Parts: sequence; C-alpha cells; structure tokens
Amino acid sequence: MKKEPVKIKEKNRTSRVKGFDEVVAGYSKQEALQEAARCLQCKDPKCISGCPVSIDIKAFIGHIMKKDYDSAYFTIRQKNTFPSMCGRICPAEYQCRKACVFTKKQSPFASNDAINIHFLERFVGDHGAGKGLQVKATGDNKYSAMKVAVVGSGPAGLCCAGELAKRGIKVVIFEGLHKAGGVLRYGIPTFRLPRKILDIEIDSLKKLGVEIRTSQIIGKVKTIDELFAEGFRAIFLGLGAGTPSFLGIPGENLCNIYSANEFLTRVNLMSAHKYPQYHTPINIGKHIVVIGGGNTAMDAARVAIRLQHMNGIKPNTTISYRRTEIEMPARRLEIEHAKEEGVKFDMLVKPECFLGDEEGFVRKMRASRCKLGEPDASGRRKPVVISNSSFETDCDMAIIAIGLSANKMLTSATPQLSTDKYGNVTINPETMETSIKGVFAGGDIVGGEGTVIEALGMAKKASAAILSYLAKTKA
Amino acid sequence: MKILNKEILADDQGIQIVKVTVLSPGIAAKAKAGQFVVLMVKEEGERIPLTIVKADPGKGSIDLIAQAAGFTTKLLAGIKTGDSLYSIAGPLGHPTEIKRYGKVILIGGGVGIAEIFPVANALKDAGNHVTAVIGSRNKKLLILERELKAVCDELIVMTDNGSYGRKGFVTEALKELLEKSKYDLVYAVGPIPMMRAVSGVTKPLGVLTLVSLNAIMVDGTGMCGCCRVTIGKKVKFSCVDGPEFDASQVDWDELLKRNSIYCNKEKHICRL
Repeated sequence: MKKEPVKIKEKNRTSRVKGFDEVVAGYSKQEALQEAARCLQCKDPKCISGCPVSIDIKAFIGHIMKKDYDSAYFTIRQKNTFPSMCGRICPAEYQCRKACVFTKKQSPFASNDAINIHFLERFVGDHGAGKGLQVKATGDNKYSAMKVAVVGSGPAGLCCAGELAKRGIKVVIFEGLHKAGGVLRYGIPTFRLPRKILDIEIDSLKKLGVEIRTSQIIGKVKTIDELFAEGFRAIFLGLGAGTPSFLGIPGENLCNIYSANEFLTRVNLMSAHKYPQYHTPINIGKHIVVIGGGNTAMDAARVAIRLQHMNGIKPNTTISYRRTEIEMPARRLEIEHAKEEGVKFDMLVKPECFLGDEEGFVRKMRASRCKLGEPDASGRRKPVVISNSSFETDCDMAIIAIGLSANKMLTSATPQLSTDKYGNVTINPETMETSIKGVFAGGDIVGGEGTVIEALGMAKKASAAILSYLAKTKA
Repeated sequence: MKILNKEILADDQGIQIVKVTVLSPGIAAKAKAGQFVVLMVKEEGERIPLTIVKADPGKGSIDLIAQAAGFTTKLLAGIKTGDSLYSIAGPLGHPTEIKRYGKVILIGGGVGIAEIFPVANALKDAGNHVTAVIGSRNKKLLILERELKAVCDELIVMTDNGSYGRKGFVTEALKELLEKSKYDLVYAVGPIPMMRAVSGVTKPLGVLTLVSLNAIMVDGTGMCGCCRVTIGKKVKFSCVDGPEFDASQVDWDELLKRNSIYCNKEKHICRL
C-alpha cells in the first residue's frame, strides 16, 4: 500500500504574517525517515534527470533510509554546493518531483504524491550545516597558484566559485552591492530563505578559500582586460538579470509605484521594514496591487501584506495577473502560501493605466478583463482583452513584477563581448565560453530569467569548462 | 573608505555644506567628470548617490561635497577624519561628454556648485571658453568661488539676498549673457526649480542645455528603477542612462513629485 506523503510543518498563518520568520519549518529526523521510506528506489530513477544539476537523488534518499545523513550530505554536495538553499527555493514541482514516478502522466507539475525531494534535500543540507560538515578542497596541485575572477555573487557566481575553489583554484568574487548573495540577498525574502542559511552557504565558500570583494562594479571600477592583467587566468560572468521591466502604460511613474526589484531590495537588502532603526524608507499602501504571476510577484505580495500587518493597516494586497492561476509561473507552494496569508488573486486582468492625485501619488488602477485565447510561444494560453470590460480599482501602491532583463553595465563597457538582441551574453553552449577567450558566463545573463537551480546548472557546466581551459592553457 | 579629511565649507542658518576626502583608489583611478558614487555611511544606513567632485589618482582619494539636508547627508556631515564609510561603489553613470563646444556657461546653485566644478575643469582643459554663474542664498553659503575663479574665464556670483555678488537668481545672469553673446552649451546643476528655470530660459533660444538630475536612487546600478525619469516621453533610469540629460526634454513635474515621495518619512526620522 502506498503511504501518504509526510506533510511539512508550517508556521501558523495568522502569526507569521506579522513578521519575517521562515514559514516552512522543515522535516524532523522522524519525518525525514518516514518520507524517505516512501521512495521506491527505482531501478531507473527519473527524478535525477529532472534535476538541473543531476543530484543523485536516489542515492541520497537511500542514505537517509539508512540514517547515514552525513553520506546523504556529501552525495548532494558532489553535485550541488547549496543544498540548504535549493531545498528551500527550488521549484521542485517542475523539476525532480515532476519527474518522480508518483507524478501522474501529463500533469503540468508534480502530483501531491511525488516524493518531497526538496524537503529531504533541505533536511540533509541543514544537517550538514548544523554539524559543520565541510567539503574539502582536493589535494591536487594541478591548479594551485591559479587565479580566477567571478563577477557577481548570485547563485551562478557562488556556485562557480565553489566548484573552482574545491579544485584548489584561488577564486575572487567581485560583487557590485555592499553584501554578497545577489538575488538571494536582495530578492528572496527571509521568510523563504533565512539570511542565516544564506550566510552559512556563503561562509562555506570562504572556508574553501574564496575571497569576496563587495562594492566592486566590474565594467566601471575595473574592466575585463584589467582583470586579466591582474593575473586572473579566466573570468566567469554571473551578472544576473538585473534590469526590471515596466508595463509601459500611462501613470506608471506615479509615486508609490515600485518595481518588484526596488520594493524587495528596500526590504530584503536595506531592511526598510525596520525604519527608522534602518534608514532606508518605504511607503506602505492601504490598497496594494501586485502585477505579475511569478515567484517575484508572490514574494512581493507576501512582503507587502506583512508590511500592512506590521504597520496596523488592514491587510489588502491583490495579485493581478493577465492569465489564470494554472498558467502562473510561480511555485505552487508560494501561490498557496500567498493565499493562506490573505493575498487576494484577481485573474485575467490587464492594467491599462494608473491614475494619481495632485501630489503625484497613485490612487487608482484602470484595467481590462481578459479571456484565454490560443496557446502562445510559451505553450500557455494567451490572454485576450475583452472589449468594453474596463474597470477601475483602488490602488495607492503598485508593485510591478512582470520580469527582468539583462543589466548592460558590464556588456556595454565591453564591446568585444557578444550579446543577443535581449542584451544577454552569447555563449558556446558546450563550454559556456563567451566571445572573449577565457571569459565564461552562466545564469540569467545567459539564459534570461530562470530559476536558481538552472543558474547553478550553467555555472557547474562553466566551471568544468574553465578547469579544462586552465589545464590546456597552463603556462 | 577611510575619511582622510573633512572640512566644513559653509555653515549658516542651520545649513551645513561639508567636503569629505575618501580613500578609494579604485574609484579615484577611474572617475571622470560627471560621474558619481553610491555610499552608505553606516551598515544600517541608506545608499545615497553623490557626485565625485575631484579625483586624485595619485593619492587614491576622491572628494565629495554634500549639504546636510536629509537624514543620511546629516550623518555624513557628522563624520570625522579617520572614520570609515560602510561602503562606497563607483564610479557610476555616464561621464560628461567633454569636447570643444566653443563657449559654454556652467550654472551651479547651492551645493550644485560642487558638481559643476569637475565639469568646468574638464571643459576648460578641452579648450572651451568657460563662464560660470554660481548662486546661493547668501555669502556664507557660497562654496568653491576661489576654485572656480581659477578655472573659469569668467565668474558671476549671484546671491538671493544680495549679501555678495549680485542680488538675484542665476537665471537673470544667464539671460543677460545669452542676450549679449552666442553660447554653444549651458550646463546646469542645482535644485530642481533652478534647473527647470534655466531650461525655461534656454529652450526658446535653442541653446543645448545639459542638467545632472538628482533622482532618488537605491542601488545606482540600474537594478531597481527608483530613479526613473521621463526624457522626451521615454522612461530612462538616471543612474545608468544619466545622470545628465537634455534639459529641454525633462519632465520636471514628474521629477519634483517623485523626489518628494519620502518627505513625510524624512521629517519623521530627522526629528528622532
């Protein structure tokens, strides 16, 4: 008889919206054992192919079954530098869990019955971090005395740095902001990824010898050529997708209309919710509208409703999306969590304009209703505006979370670096090498907006290519 | 990030303008006229943009000048020689396009005088005839007069109360100059109403006018869009597309409103 999946414990929904504590509690040892016991240990495990970095899922779950958690940890670390992080933020229902044998065929995402691989990964990652388990740099001195520069300390940069440092390479990460972590720091809220976890993962890199230099904007303070001149033998670009997209509709520059990046950066990186103890301000509306249907929209809405709770404002935060819930690219868990926390969902809405008051603050949003038409290039049904369906809704704060594109600061300062029409860096897909010899790239600056684990996948591929490049070009 | 020197340039009627010299060799080596840095005074601080007034690659230092107006600039004004800033990143933004325009007028209002200083130097070096018009509320709040006099071919000082130089606004001197002679470029930095008034004078005459905008920023690297401004009906980010723009194309109303978004919060924190 098939056993029921072990439900994850979560912080009480009425109390959690009053702060930024982590929502998902994680499995206890007992729960992890119980969940692991459901795994069929398939002869031909499909789950592994669903993982962008090909973690040996079958093996690590097997180790859990035998209560050998250390081995489970090292099994994951062979492929993934950041198990505690990925166990928390991977959209597993589109990846390993979707590939799990328990997921029903043709399902758009994992069935409820699929093994909770991500929760098990998190359990193992936290076990390793708690015990201070360390992956040691391999003793071979093939690469010692070689320096590699990594530009950007987001998921791709951190992962590439870790992979190279493990082989004894001296890695220096150049980060533009004043703290390391990239989108993990400024984008993902602490209730999804506690900063303690992020700091532990970054510290584990420092213990491998990785040096992180913050407030260093490559392209401005140093060029690619200057990095080579300083003795870096290869360079990895993990620049991310840093430029927020806007709707391009009238009234979008009214006060209290934020990009999700700005809104989340103010809170996550600058701690604006602790104003005035922290000095970065943020305004909080009574009627907050978040535009978009991805993870960023869910994050923004869940931060927004918390700010309303914490400031004694009657919670009223609505996610407006132009398609329906099924087409939303967000993780299902985030959608559920947002709903549990009282975020309203208004589907099939296309914003037309924002209306403001005399002081220039937004007061209303005018929008049209949509219906779903034929599938578009993404395979999702396209929203079609219904004529004469225009309506107005109260909106004294709006957060635009409709996507990001490449930040051109480095690429525009480096004309010999080829980019595509979107401004993304073009690479040789076999090696992740860019148009400049010895310069590799991965993450969102290559693929456009993707998930953290996809960035890790690219970074791993690039790090392997960098190793063989260094071996070949050894002086 | 160490403060090598701090000097109070002006202090009157509760208004303080300070100059800090910051050890920052990487930025000093690269900074060009018109560029800025984003700094944090303390770890719990805000990130604020400030124009690089002078860069000394030899000493590895940059000079920044700020008027203690908001919470963070007041915090910066309170810093002492030997202290360190929590963070500083740069040089950011496009440098001013330096070339031989011919005859140029630089206009600085208040602390904006600091921002025209590096541009005056660069334009003079490029062989331009440089006239500077600088204005402040009164004599005590006027900064960099001596320094600009040494660089410029002509310097006109205006004060609101007539306590020094001529009484009146910088635009009055600008109008007279443009009536008497032909100029190829006007470059203005100061409070938004001043820059707007300058544009009001030069736009009908068709004189190319550049302004350096002081929109509110967070990261200063194009990541957040907080500093978006409308230039000729197109949305631009001041930090990466600017900070300089053609004055005749700026939506001044929008900029004024967007820059007052946190006025209430600022009043609150400054009272604490």
